[in-house]
Amino acid sequence: MSPPTTIYFFGTCLIDLIYPKAGLAGMQLIRNAGVRVIYPEKQSCCGQPAFNSGYRDEALRVARAQLACFPEDYPVIVPSGSCAGMIKHHWPELFAGQPDEQRAQAVARRTFELTEFLVDVLDLQLTDLGEPIQVAIHTSCSARREMQVADRIDSLIAHLSNVEVLEHAHKTECCGFGGTFAVKQAEVSGAMVEAKSNALHETGAQRVISQDCGCLMNIGGALEKQKRNLPTQHIAEFLLERTRAAKA
Amino acid sequence: MNQQQALHHRIDKALNNPQLRRNFRTAMDGIRERRADQFPDDSKLQALREQARAIRNNALGRQAELLERLEAKLISNGIQVHWAETPEQANALIHKILHTANAHSVVKGKSMVSEETELNDYLEERGIEVIESDLGEYILQMAKEPPSHIVAPAIHKNRFEVADLFREFHPDQPYTDDIDELTGTARRVLREKFANADAGISGVNFAVAETGTLCLVENEGNGRLSTTAPRIHIAITGIEKVVEKLADVPPLLDILTKSATGQPITTYFNMISRPRQPGEKDGPEQVHLVLLDNGRSRIRYDDELLDTLRCIRCGACMNHCPVYVHVGGHAYGTTYPGPIGVVLEPQRLGIDQVGSLTSACSLCGACGEVCPVKIPLPKLINRLRAEAVDAKREADSVPGQGSLRTPGEAMAWKVWSGIYGTPRLYRTFTWLATRLRRLAPSRLKPWTQYRSAPKPAAHSLAELARQEGFDHE
Repeated sequence: MSPPTTIYFFGTCLIDLIYPKAGLAGMQLIRNAGVRVIYPEKQSCCGQPAFNSGYRDEALRVARAQLACFPEDYPVIVPSGSCAGMIKHHWPELFAGQPDEQRAQAVARRTFELTEFLVDVLDLQLTDLGEPIQVAIHTSCSARREMQVADRIDSLIAHLSNVEVLEHAHKTECCGFGGTFAVKQAEVSGAMVEAKSNALHETGAQRVISQDCGCLMNIGGALEKQKRNLPTQHIAEFLLERTRAAKA
Repeated sequence: MNQQQALHHRIDKALNNPQLRRNFRTAMDGIRERRADQFPDDSKLQALREQARAIRNNALGRQAELLERLEAKLISNGIQVHWAETPEQANALIHKILHTANAHSVVKGKSMVSEETELNDYLEERGIEVIESDLGEYILQMAKEPPSHIVAPAIHKNRFEVADLFREFHPDQPYTDDIDELTGTARRVLREKFANADAGISGVNFAVAETGTLCLVENEGNGRLSTTAPRIHIAITGIEKVVEKLADVPPLLDILTKSATGQPITTYFNMISRPRQPGEKDGPEQVHLVLLDNGRSRIRYDDELLDTLRCIRCGACMNHCPVYVHVGGHAYGTTYPGPIGVVLEPQRLGIDQVGSLTSACSLCGACGEVCPVKIPLPKLINRLRAEAVDAKREADSVPGQGSLRTPGEAMAWKVWSGIYGTPRLYRTFTWLATRLRRLAPSRLKPWTQYRSAPKPAAHSLAELARQEGFDHE
């Protein structure tokens, strides 16, 4: 696929309300690559929280409200593996037999996770302008398994000459977020995020990078609660920070 | 205590047992690595998974016909066939076979289906001595515990815990925590039992319709002894274990052993096709097969959930499950733990009984990635969550449908969908949340038990996008 002239940016409800700078950074990276970015203002959420809780009618109602945001045939870019996965892989199931099934399928087909789009479509070339830093990468389960784009974050960071990536133990294991899982099975989720945050901390990295803000909210929240001095950051913000000349 | 509270109680108990957690972590890390070593070439693995999926799908699609062929072939081979719809029927059938043959002692190979029916208790209550001969099961029989894993039933115990059990049950033996010596003790005790037992009971991995062959996969030789040394052999299995032809077995066996224990092949692979023939020196005089339904036919009513029955019981899903690795098999409280248990048990036993299990999953997808027969486990778990809270779905699907719907949660999602499904309301909500962010609670149990609370940003992305001059339609 050659780079499009215009894309829609689906910011996700978590980024909209809690981590807007991650979303904005994603939009700026795409705009800086010469692509027009539209942020449809009527967007809210892909419907995943209700879908994963078994409330499919409610999920459908919210997912359906998003369809009007994407009237043109532009790609839809999502700065989250799990929300992109919801649209790409679960909307077709959720909308099956509905009058707007075709529209939902069309949106699903042109949905990309952000790092997937930056690497596969834009072939983004980056020059590292930052100080040397060691980071650990947590790849979300949705990016890894559902979207199959786990290595895109690695290839983006590989452009950055001053960034060293440190591997953590049980790297491919879930951080324990899982949406309402963190509430319904709080103790197991707590044990999982404890293991994950310990493993990340033990690398000695200065920062944790991920492509999913759900994982970052979970891991970052745990690290903060444990009073570890290990900040977390979304990949889009990290890339923008590294490639932007320090302001004099 | 309702099922949800009981589940939480079991989980808390597991999480507060550091030894148990270390045992599972170590065991699962090892088994994951050994499995991965067996599949160095991903494209070959994917081809084999696809082949195994197709074989199992073919068998399920033609199950009624294949079961008839299997029965006819078994009978012509001299193997007696019995059908049981419920665990009680299966137990009663087996007891009757034993009673008729005047059999008072049984040596058992490993069988998860007999765990389903709680066969040991049933027979012991009727005065029959039952000895488990699989080393793991033997340990658990001493400990009076159910299996915590379908392939490695005593995986939750380390060797010191096993040594303590041997000290208690074999006080005549000198104490040792050396694994080989412990195994030696078990071997000496069990040899005696194999030689003297009246009957052997085993499970079945594949029942081949074409030839009437019962295939049994094992590592210790106890399966071979249980099925050949005593004068009666009774095999028990679920009706879904039937496969069409002998040529279906090698690919299934290949992916089963590699997925289960990371072995290219197990030490023993038994193919049982008939009882002892005139002039033969060994083998059982009678061979019986008990085919158990126990809710399996009901699963077949549904095209999506039918995938559950492809399972070949390798345990790879639980080995790779991050929930299972932290809490272990007993926390699930069902015969089958881990992701396959979360999918199978609510269908078998009812959502009203064990539907809460569907919450014990972060939908990370690790199970679906390794399943040798490509059961879409995360998708099925999600489907069962919908079954659990939605009372108006099609009838005759999953028992206890809708029984976990609570007015509070249903109302919360209704309100949520009202706000998030109405752009104007959603914008008002985010505007308010960002303006009132200082009022956001810093304690949100249970989230903040392990993490700090997230706070709304000062401005939403929608606002920032406008400020930065992005188009908004």
